[in-house]
Amino acid sequence: MRGVAIPKVCGIETEYGILVRGQVPDSTSNPVSASSLLINAYLASVQRRAKFDLVDEHPGTDARGFQVDDLLAPEIETQLVNAVLTNGARYYVDHAHPEISTPECLTAMDALHFDRAGERIVEASMAAANRMLPEGAEILCHKNNSDGKGNSYGCHENYLLAREVPFARIVQQITPHFVTRQVVVGAGKVGCELPGSSAGDVPFQLSQRADFFEEEVGLETTLKRPIVNTRDEPHCDAAKYRRLHVIVGDANMSETATFLKLGATALVLAMIEDDALGDDLALANPVAAIRQVSHDPTLQRTILLRSGRRATAMEIQWSLLERARRYAETHGLGAVGEDSGLRTLSLWEGVLTGLEADPSTVANQVDWVAKQRIVEGYAERHGLRPGDARLKALDLQYHDMRPDRCLARRAGLDVLTDPEAVERATTNPPTTTRAYFRGRCLAKWPDDIVAANWDSLVFDVGRDPLRRVPMMEPLRGTAESVASLIDESDTPSDLLARLGA
Amino acid sequence: MAERTQKQKPAPSRTEETVEDAPAVAGSGDKLKAELDDLLDEIDDVLETNAEDFVKSYVQKGGQ
Repeated sequence: MRGVAIPKVCGIETEYGILVRGQVPDSTSNPVSASSLLINAYLASVQRRAKFDLVDEHPGTDARGFQVDDLLAPEIETQLVNAVLTNGARYYVDHAHPEISTPECLTAMDALHFDRAGERIVEASMAAANRMLPEGAEILCHKNNSDGKGNSYGCHENYLLAREVPFARIVQQITPHFVTRQVVVGAGKVGCELPGSSAGDVPFQLSQRADFFEEEVGLETTLKRPIVNTRDEPHCDAAKYRRLHVIVGDANMSETATFLKLGATALVLAMIEDDALGDDLALANPVAAIRQVSHDPTLQRTILLRSGRRATAMEIQWSLLERARRYAETHGLGAVGEDSGLRTLSLWEGVLTGLEADPSTVANQVDWVAKQRIVEGYAERHGLRPGDARLKALDLQYHDMRPDRCLARRAGLDVLTDPEAVERATTNPPTTTRAYFRGRCLAKWPDDIVAANWDSLVFDVGRDPLRRVPMMEPLRGTAESVASLIDESDTPSDLLARLGA
Repeated sequence: MAERTQKQKPAPSRTEETVEDAPAVAGSGDKLKAELDDLLDEIDDVLETNAEDFVKSYVQKGGQ
């Protein structure tokens, strides 16, 4: 029996931590304006041709053209930057953080490349912004999820699902994975941010985010965060598709972790879509469990299942992996891509095997292990106790986007990406989703596109009305179907005529 | 944390032998250990000069 699960088109949205240091104008001192400056500086220096606003959740709103020439004009302070790049990504200010959403990707391996490209873009943005700031002043970004003081910001994943899959099934069956996948993909955190906890209670935990989840399921993303988020905004044909908006993950520095976070989750979702997973791993109390798992780097404590059975997070991950292997045999890996799927199964097994035998053997793959080794090694060498600020500084600097300050870069983490492909991905879109059409059109006709949206482009062809090209199918508009059309069109009018629009 | 350090070497005697007798075929664990030592050696140059101030000043607005 072949699976009927649809391709697990996926992407990652990362909110970066941002810090301004040194003497800067008042207009740059708050995180919103600093984020704007950061992104505008990048657009001005690198992607000059791709400047414009995105009219996203409000398709009736007028597009406001962002003028690079106004970079330092006063109005920049209040304008929330919202741009789409030629690689199909969205780069914007959200909740006082700079945020990058990767373009839609067909596989976890593609999404990993665009996530890494996002890091490069942030690095380039910091350099460009700092050139514009007074001597001694700088903007720093961190790819993390918490400031250690109870404030958290997200790294969200998105997966395409068929609309007909009952949402109750998704919630029931994905939750055990979301609660236990931290053992593989947790980014690690020094200390605990639950109200009333002290440094000695939880010196180190698996996840940046687990302390901030208070509900099993819900719509919120900034308060009372739920393990399964119900935001129903598919950005494509809502009659056919659902976009599962996952807010429960950490921002990863390890490529293996980013890849497995997406690859394993896409596989579990494909199993759910094909109704091949089952309900027997359902947890009795997911919110308590997600914290307990995070707070237990020994990986030994058990959590209670609804069936009355107890299991460790490792046992649940093993069970999911075994089911995924069986699923690959019975249904194939078409939904997640054969190569990405096989790589996921093999890396997932390798990491679980290593964690079980001796976690230090996967310090090159698992963020929390890599970070814990640095923190504990440093504490031991200098005789530091839990709660010492230097240990928290190590945690923060693990995620530092300054290449010369980033500890993750020095931690010997495995590289899965092709560096040239990552470089290309900073300016070129993926070829196998609609992001190709978006990115190519933006690169070729930046002045003729007045608005770009996940599911449409709006062209100004010099006469009324504006021409809107809907892109309601995530897998249409690929290189295979439109590359030659775009190549052969000299103007947007040409293109629209050829598209039959 | 002390517990953890002990757990990292499930078979200490054999590991030591391996390191002494056959450094050329040292496993990835040994390589990582050496890399960690190197990293710890240089970390004071990389760590923010005033870690306490840095950590104190690292305040973010909540996001999603």
